[in-house]
Amino acid sequence: MTERLLIDGNEAIARGAIAGGCNYFFGYPITPQNEIPEFMSRELPKIGGVFVQSESEAASVYMVYGGALAGARVMTSTSSPGFSLMQEGISYIAEAEVPAVIVNVMRMGPGIGTGGQHGQTDYRQVTKGGGHGAYRCIILAPYSSQECFDYMQLAFHLADKYRVLVLVLTDFIIGRMAEVVELRKLEFEPPPEKDWALKGKAFKGGRRRCYVSAAFSYGGVPPRYYHHMAEVYQKIKDEEIKHETYRDEDAVLLLLAYGSSARMAKRAVDMARAEGHRVGLFRPITLWPFSEEALRQAACRVGKVLVVEDSPGELVEDVKCICQGKVPVHLLGIWGRYTPQGDIMTGGSGIIYPENILEKIRGLI
Amino acid sequence: MTEKIVSRKKVWGTPKLRVPLPFSFFCPGCHYGIIVRLICEVLEELGIEGRTVGLAGVGCSFGPFPVSIDVDFTSCPHGRAPAMATAIKRIHPETVVFTVQGDGDLGSIGLGCFMNALIRGEKLTTIFLNNACYGTTGGQMAPTTLIGMKTTTTPEGRDPRTAGFPLHTAELAATMKGVAYSARCTVHSPANFRRARKALKTAFQKQIDGIGYGFVEFLSACPTNWRLSPPDCIKFISEKMIAEYPLGEFKNVDVIELPEEWR
Ligand code: SF4
Repeated sequence: MTERLLIDGNEAIARGAIAGGCNYFFGYPITPQNEIPEFMSRELPKIGGVFVQSESEAASVYMVYGGALAGARVMTSTSSPGFSLMQEGISYIAEAEVPAVIVNVMRMGPGIGTGGQHGQTDYRQVTKGGGHGAYRCIILAPYSSQECFDYMQLAFHLADKYRVLVLVLTDFIIGRMAEVVELRKLEFEPPPEKDWALKGKAFKGGRRRCYVSAAFSYGGVPPRYYHHMAEVYQKIKDEEIKHETYRDEDAVLLLLAYGSSARMAKRAVDMARAEGHRVGLFRPITLWPFSEEALRQAACRVGKVLVVEDSPGELVEDVKCICQGKVPVHLLGIWGRYTPQGDIMTGGSGIIYPENILEKIRGLI
Repeated sequence: MTEKIVSRKKVWGTPKLRVPLPFSFFCPGCHYGIIVRLICEVLEELGIEGRTVGLAGVGCSFGPFPVSIDVDFTSCPHGRAPAMATAIKRIHPETVVFTVQGDGDLGSIGLGCFMNALIRGEKLTTIFLNNACYGTTGGQMAPTTLIGMKTTTTPEGRDPRTAGFPLHTAELAATMKGVAYSARCTVHSPANFRRARKALKTAFQKQIDGIGYGFVEFLSACPTNWRLSPPDCIKFISEKMIAEYPLGEFKNVDVIELPEEWR
């Protein structure tokens, strides 16, 4: 029987990475993801791996870039402000077409944000690409410790398969909430050989690799890079899109949420069903590529959509765009947070509880 | 009558690692070409070309160095070569990893990255090209620009009251515990070229022997941006540059002392 452990999402990320063959971690401390580098600093040396604490997130991302060029399975993890600092490096990794994984455990707000508060306010940046140059990254959004563990393995598989950067997007709640995780090793087809890795030309039969830039790699013609990447991205769209639906068959209202909000929404669906309301949930798992077609069909069939996200409304923009005005799209965003001490302006900062979602559902049905 | 003996010994040739190119990337009189040759010679002499990885920073070295030297090579984002090199070296400790960085790249945008690689005492080699200005972008002020030196962003000369003083990288590197070797050289005369070759070889050797960081700074001519003829550049180096940036070894140790419990 596979081992089962009670661990939080952050530890599940770290354990999942190691299960996925990642022996190299380069990172910088930032709340609320410190459990990941701490775990890696403890465990990687035991298995012959390497942990380096960098001097900044900017350095972390370039260590990841260097490690990826060296042909290893490498990663870093960070939280929102640190993720902003990594944007330049992410753009370079995309340009060089090397595989790597970066985890963003979101915290709330622009600027310094809040180290101790949850939120989902990086959706737009993560999915649209904060760096320059019109690149894409695969984005996986787990919503449980088990998925953190599983999708880290998937992340390394996909990164190698397509030679792209895979971003794993979680948040404070997912990162710090403990659940039982089955430590199962997932099986994937073997990754393509990394005959391009920089570790000395002797390892490549005396033929060296010289990497200068994407333009240089494609004969000095940058558009050729985009032609090539368009093919890669199309293949990813054809094969790797993931979403999950829950009790949506006969629904008249479709909730749409990812990450921790999807946990709340799922509970709200059950509560609404218990009251006799026909409500379902659509949960995108890959945020890029997004399950556009499936969502469009589901939304049209159901007729009404409620997006639940712990932000002022970012995902909702994409959903409106996907639904093309054919069905009404509502939002329960950060304003929907409830605080036991009173309202947000006078009390604590709150959280979108399933009860708050249920209330909104009642109003919409 | 004595027979005239003609020596068949090869006295000059292109290093094997020098990739033959139909043109030069560098401006006439630039010293970068000489430094490319020097790197090729040293890697060849050490016999490490099969396990060497080079990383070039942004500047006039960005594409030309990777293209010209026949070892695994990558260009790097501005100032970030030491971080990338760190990962490559840590992942493949058997490789010999070096960075080539200009004064804007290492001394300005990437100083933090460089200093932290020194702080960690990485087993890397860094070749620092100091031509006292930003070459590629058209000769703007660098942290290494001499006081009073005219550049396109110091049209009246670098004013120490507002633009500060030149950065002494080789001396700075020598103060760091994890550094095994730090020297400043030039290639502006044959004698200096020979000294520079020895310095670079030593810097690589420190990495090969697993001792610590090896650093070599080169004072390098930039005729284009100095607005001087190549011969005048050589004069400028020997009179002005060396006055500010003395040549020599600032550190050369065979062991980096560790507290007892960490040996
Ligand atoms: S601009 Fe200066 S450093 Fe650059 S190639 Fe020309 S002379 Fe050399």
